[in-house]
Amino acid sequence: MKNRTFFWFILPSLITMLLFIALPIVSVVVQSLHIEHEAVLNEVENCGPFGCKKELVIDVEETKKLKLENPLGKFNGFGTYTNRNHLAFKEIQQAWIESEGFISFISMSLNLPFYRALAFTLTYTFIVTPFVLFFGFLIALGVNSLPKVMKGPTIFISLLPMIVTPLIGSLILFWMIDAQGIIGSILQEIFDDPNLSLKASPLLTWIMLMVYGVWHSSPFAFIVFYAGLQTVPSDTIEAAMIDGASRWERTKYVVLPHLMPLTIFILLIQLMDNFRVFEPIVGFSAQANATSLSWIIYNDISNNEDQFFGSAGATSVLTIIGVSVLLIPVLIRTWREFNRKVV
Amino acid sequence: MFLKTITFAGAFALLGSSAIADCGISGGNVSILSNDFPAIQAVTAEAAKCAGNGVTVETNLTKDHKDIMVAALTANPSQYSSVIVSNSTLVTLMNDGLVRSLDDLVAKHGSGLNKSQLITVNGKVMAVAFMANAQHLFTRTDMLEKAGVSNIPGTYEEVISAADAIRSAGLLEYPVALNTKAGWNLGEEFVNMYMGTGADLFKSGTAEVSINNDHGVATLNMLKSLVAYSNPDFLTYDSNATQAEWEAGNLALATMWGSRGSAVLDGEGSVDGVSSNTVLSSAPLWGNGARPASTLWWDGIGISTNVSDEDAEATFIALMNGISSDMVKANNDAAVWLVEGYKPSPASAGVSETAANGAAPYPMLPFMGTLHGALGGEISDFLQGTESAEQALADVEAAYTTAAKEKGFLK
Repeated sequence: MKNRTFFWFILPSLITMLLFIALPIVSVVVQSLHIEHEAVLNEVENCGPFGCKKELVIDVEETKKLKLENPLGKFNGFGTYTNRNHLAFKEIQQAWIESEGFISFISMSLNLPFYRALAFTLTYTFIVTPFVLFFGFLIALGVNSLPKVMKGPTIFISLLPMIVTPLIGSLILFWMIDAQGIIGSILQEIFDDPNLSLKASPLLTWIMLMVYGVWHSSPFAFIVFYAGLQTVPSDTIEAAMIDGASRWERTKYVVLPHLMPLTIFILLIQLMDNFRVFEPIVGFSAQANATSLSWIIYNDISNNEDQFFGSAGATSVLTIIGVSVLLIPVLIRTWREFNRKVV
Repeated sequence: MFLKTITFAGAFALLGSSAIADCGISGGNVSILSNDFPAIQAVTAEAAKCAGNGVTVETNLTKDHKDIMVAALTANPSQYSSVIVSNSTLVTLMNDGLVRSLDDLVAKHGSGLNKSQLITVNGKVMAVAFMANAQHLFTRTDMLEKAGVSNIPGTYEEVISAADAIRSAGLLEYPVALNTKAGWNLGEEFVNMYMGTGADLFKSGTAEVSINNDHGVATLNMLKSLVAYSNPDFLTYDSNATQAEWEAGNLALATMWGSRGSAVLDGEGSVDGVSSNTVLSSAPLWGNGARPASTLWWDGIGISTNVSDEDAEATFIALMNGISSDMVKANNDAAVWLVEGYKPSPASAGVSETAANGAAPYPMLPFMGTLHGALGGEISDFLQGTESAEQALADVEAAYTTAAKEKGFLK
């Protein structure tokens, strides 16, 4: 394709990407560098059904003047990024000086909201992703060897966890794992512990969220692998069978290498998705024991009466950086393979 | 949701033009944004009857009203001509000057109002309250009797000893519940308990928080001794969960919202014997405190700044109709109404007693929401036993100070 043709060909996508991806990101970055103007406070008397009291109120006129002069707010540079509710440079430094060993340093860092969320987010990503790949592949192999009549219904049922909206799915499970719910009471029966509660201990909450994550995402990996399995060349499989390869050997030496590009694709998508884990934390009311970067953004914007746009912007930018760091190794690998093929 | 309510409102409007009484509005658009619970449904339904003859009434009742109200009222003209506000949401709207002074409208159309209904800030009426709410004690008298406790507890120390008696008698392993879901609910429990000490949350006349002290430590310890008698899942308990547990007969002593009272007492959805043995009473005192460990809340009418005077007047009249004595008589048990003509009932006894015992109103301070958010996020570690009370309070202070700087409340 000529450069000129290519340019006109790609222009519509380019414009859409600029409008809907690049511009919002720029706006988020700009927002994250600003905080609100200093509030002008006056002491006045407030009265209501329960009596009067002297309280502070915001001087709306004065504050409006400040806002008109500078609608974005006060420029704060990277102040929001480095403050205690985000990267907490000062607190981390202090923890380093005060801590008596590495373990106490880690526990002091995990007391800070950002690092606590990061710890769960990374653990979730690195545990759920491989399990999703593994189970997805296993289910695909299983379904592929079923008789034809049973394939349709089995595929439909296997896809259900993905079809259910994450928030609804986690809410349903939230009630099932309740101490009086079906799963919760069966677990109490099995472990013979009437006080066993999946919602109370941090460790069990983490495990529960990750099991949910695997349950929810495996169908995606399954359906991609299943589609891939339909393209495995039967000649090669037959040749391997003639050479006396067992089922395991055929899977290992023929099927898996054939599905490698798909595996990388699922890996990319899952790393991104799992890094943005959010709905199950809300659905399972798990915020006391587990928070994620996306949950922090939600909390800044809509969980309280006040909205912290600067904070939410900063956490969003940090999330984008986090996703990029995670994806770079996979992308480099793909790029190398792509080049090798071209040569 | 929004579309649905518009259709409903449209249906009301059609009804209005044919059958419903004239409210004395010459014309205008009324649109109301509010929280969604039975008492407010009654008010907005009554206000919607004013539709017709050139008046339109639209309502949007949603639990997420807090998330959309600022954006919706910042627009000019504003998306809603009225928001049903409370202590905390009025402050949020006033911070941006989004609600107007009601002095003229009250003078013109508010002759039937009690003076105590007027919420005044610096002498100007900013909202008209119509109902009160507070968290207070719910008690199962049959459980107390079986455990050999004769009186309904008046202090949290008595609540703990009664809970202990119930547990030792083998009646219930976890007899106590508070709305302790991490986040807003847990923050509210801390504020309530702290108010019981009589101390202030902020250094007077400043936005500097002052909870990192002996009162704060005592408050946390009291909360911890209470949740020791709560189900281990207590950090997931919100109002819906505690009400369900209560109605299932799994609780004997709980601190819940007064607005849940009539739902608990109506016998619907409850196990036999729960409703008939439930008594609502004042929020307990504790320590050496003189006022109940609770905060008083009101819900009321606020009118948008960014609407025409005609629409503002139409809205005010429609809502005055919404909170009329007739509406109160028809829905007497739905809330603790502050309106003339309300008859106290067992369902309102808890809120009334709490107010009579001198509980403090929830502070109307611009930075209160920021502190509330910090509390809800930082004290769960202490209640789970992974952190000391002093550390938890230091964390709250640090989280609040950082957030308040971003909001411009602190330098």
